[in-house]
Amino acid sequence: MTTATVLEPKMPKSWRQETKPHKFCPGCGHGDILKALGTAIDELGIQDRVVFGCDIGCSLLSWDFFNCDAIQTHHGRTTPVMTGIKRARPELICIAYMGDGGGYAIGAQHLVNAASRNEKLTVILANNAQYGMTGGQMAPTSLPGMKTETSPYGRDVDATGNPTLGPEMVAAITPASAYVARGTMANIPQLTRMMKKALQNQIDGNGFSFVEALSACPTNWRMNAAKTWEFVEKEMTKYFKVGELKVPAAKQEG
Amino acid sequence: MANKPIQGEKRMFMTGNEVCAYAALAAGADIMYGYPITPQNEIMHYWTRLAPKYNRSFLQTEDEISAGFTTCGGVLSGKRAFTATAGPGNTLMQEPMSMAEMMRIPAVFIIQQRGGPSTATVIYSQQEVTMTCYGANGEGLRIVYSTANHQELYDYTIKAFNTAWKYRFPTFVLGDGYQAKMRESLTIYDPELQGIQMVDTYPLVGLPGKAGADRDPAHLRNTYNTEEELYEVVKDLVTTYEKFAPEIVEHTTKECDDAEVVILCHGIVSRAAVEAIGELRAAGIKAGMFRPITLRPFPTAPLRNVVQKAKKLLIVESAEGQFARLALPSLYGLTTPMETIFKPGQGITSDEIVKKIKDMA
Ligand SMILES: Cc1ncc(C[n+]2csc(CCOP(=O)(O)OP(=O)(O)O)c2C)c(N)n1
Ligand code: SF4
Repeated sequence: MTTATVLEPKMPKSWRQETKPHKFCPGCGHGDILKALGTAIDELGIQDRVVFGCDIGCSLLSWDFFNCDAIQTHHGRTTPVMTGIKRARPELICIAYMGDGGGYAIGAQHLVNAASRNEKLTVILANNAQYGMTGGQMAPTSLPGMKTETSPYGRDVDATGNPTLGPEMVAAITPASAYVARGTMANIPQLTRMMKKALQNQIDGNGFSFVEALSACPTNWRMNAAKTWEFVEKEMTKYFKVGELKVPAAKQEG
Repeated sequence: MANKPIQGEKRMFMTGNEVCAYAALAAGADIMYGYPITPQNEIMHYWTRLAPKYNRSFLQTEDEISAGFTTCGGVLSGKRAFTATAGPGNTLMQEPMSMAEMMRIPAVFIIQQRGGPSTATVIYSQQEVTMTCYGANGEGLRIVYSTANHQELYDYTIKAFNTAWKYRFPTFVLGDGYQAKMRESLTIYDPELQGIQMVDTYPLVGLPGKAGADRDPAHLRNTYNTEEELYEVVKDLVTTYEKFAPEIVEHTTKECDDAEVVILCHGIVSRAAVEAIGELRAAGIKAGMFRPITLRPFPTAPLRNVVQKAKKLLIVESAEGQFARLALPSLYGLTTPMETIFKPGQGITSDEIVKKIKDMA
């Protein structure tokens, strides 16, 4: 006779069990990215000091995701809301969570200026190469030739420019004390380490920390699981190089 | 005494913007977030000079959208936070204002109106009335004090922090470019000495204790899934607002008891009206003035009372009927004949009011 072993899914302790299963589509990158974030929060033991802010976009579905105080704000405005909190209460660990539309389009000026001011914040941006919540339109990060609802014949870079390289931009405008990296949902242990370093940089009061995470939107990409992974791992990484771009006095992650 | 910048009572001669900075200090404001725009700049200038001496903070943001949202953040974290703007900045700030309205974030906004539309002038107008009272996507669940002089700028800036934190609706001090820039005398004071107790602030996020263990996390949401859900939330907000409105609403009158002609105006224009009433009364014309101090909520019942008894009504404002549109629903059904002086972007003198009323006779 064999005994079946039931494996409980391992959830970070900082997750709020009551709100699971989460509200993202099956296979969505947001869940994985928030898992890496939850693990980082656990390992740093900062759950009671975290204020989590999320944008409009699919990230808003995380408003009750953690056992942490959270505020869900407007499209593109999470960075200033968290800046406001951090400036008023520096002892709190403020995490702004958003999509590529929220960070690189409507909220770009806030990202640029928060980075320039070296706000002691952690911004985490899920790059799924399009606008998820509104149904798959072109984003600043859509790949050349990529078909979206508003680029039905494929993104024409002559007409709409190249995909935004967010971490590269943030790295260029922040001082040496900032932490900037690009991780991917395809490598969760590495993404978790990046999140930890980003949060540690805030804990240490060093400066701005920014992690872009390559993410998947199987729903709008209209792809099966295998193709989704292939797209994240092979297509997206052609433009978006995974790795650390700025590490203040620490060992660089490959 | 690091946290008591204004002690006792002092007679001062200063600009309106300086008054606002002093009032915010006296009220115990912790932090200002702001973005430069004329004619409110000097609120930031004075604040940045005074604040560090009293352990208060300031952040200059990248624009007014950010100034409004950082202010919301500051308030959410439990601080007495405020911002100030004008004109196009007020336009940009409508987005955070709508969040403050929906989430009952007790943020304080000082608006020094300038001329619109678009960039227009940097000087004066009363053209930000509609926007300040009813801007953004929402139902206008805001508290708006329209001030007429420097003493009121001081009194109502202090009061705005208390109203905001007591009722938890975003609260506005609506001044204008003339008030912002001109100098006049007033008495500044330590609110406590006047028996004004500053309402305690408290955090809405960043609460003590471990969320999920000692307490529930504060999960503040501002987006809704269904129309029914939103309906419930907004209806609840409206009911709360209307319940508090009678406690909040304020107005003042001048010689209204026997007035045959009532001048209806707000803010600095009321000073011309007061002057005009003196002249008209000397000439045997029974004139009076009704001035709402809160434009939101609006003093409907007392205005109705006064206008009902009068033979004529004159609405005077430095805008093309924005204030009139706010007032007219309160007068629905009354038959008192009405005339107007609408001068968008321009000041109004007592002579103009006197002449108009004599012509109306
Ligand atoms: C001012 C404003 N403009 C537009 C919208 C509509 N809107 C909601 S979500 C969204 C796009 C979100 O895309 P992204 O930030 O990439 O996040 P994702 O959904 O892909 O995670 C837009 C445009 C809005 N809510 N507010
Ligand atoms: S639409 Fe895309 S980004 Fe949004 S939850 Fe679904 S898979 Fe995720």
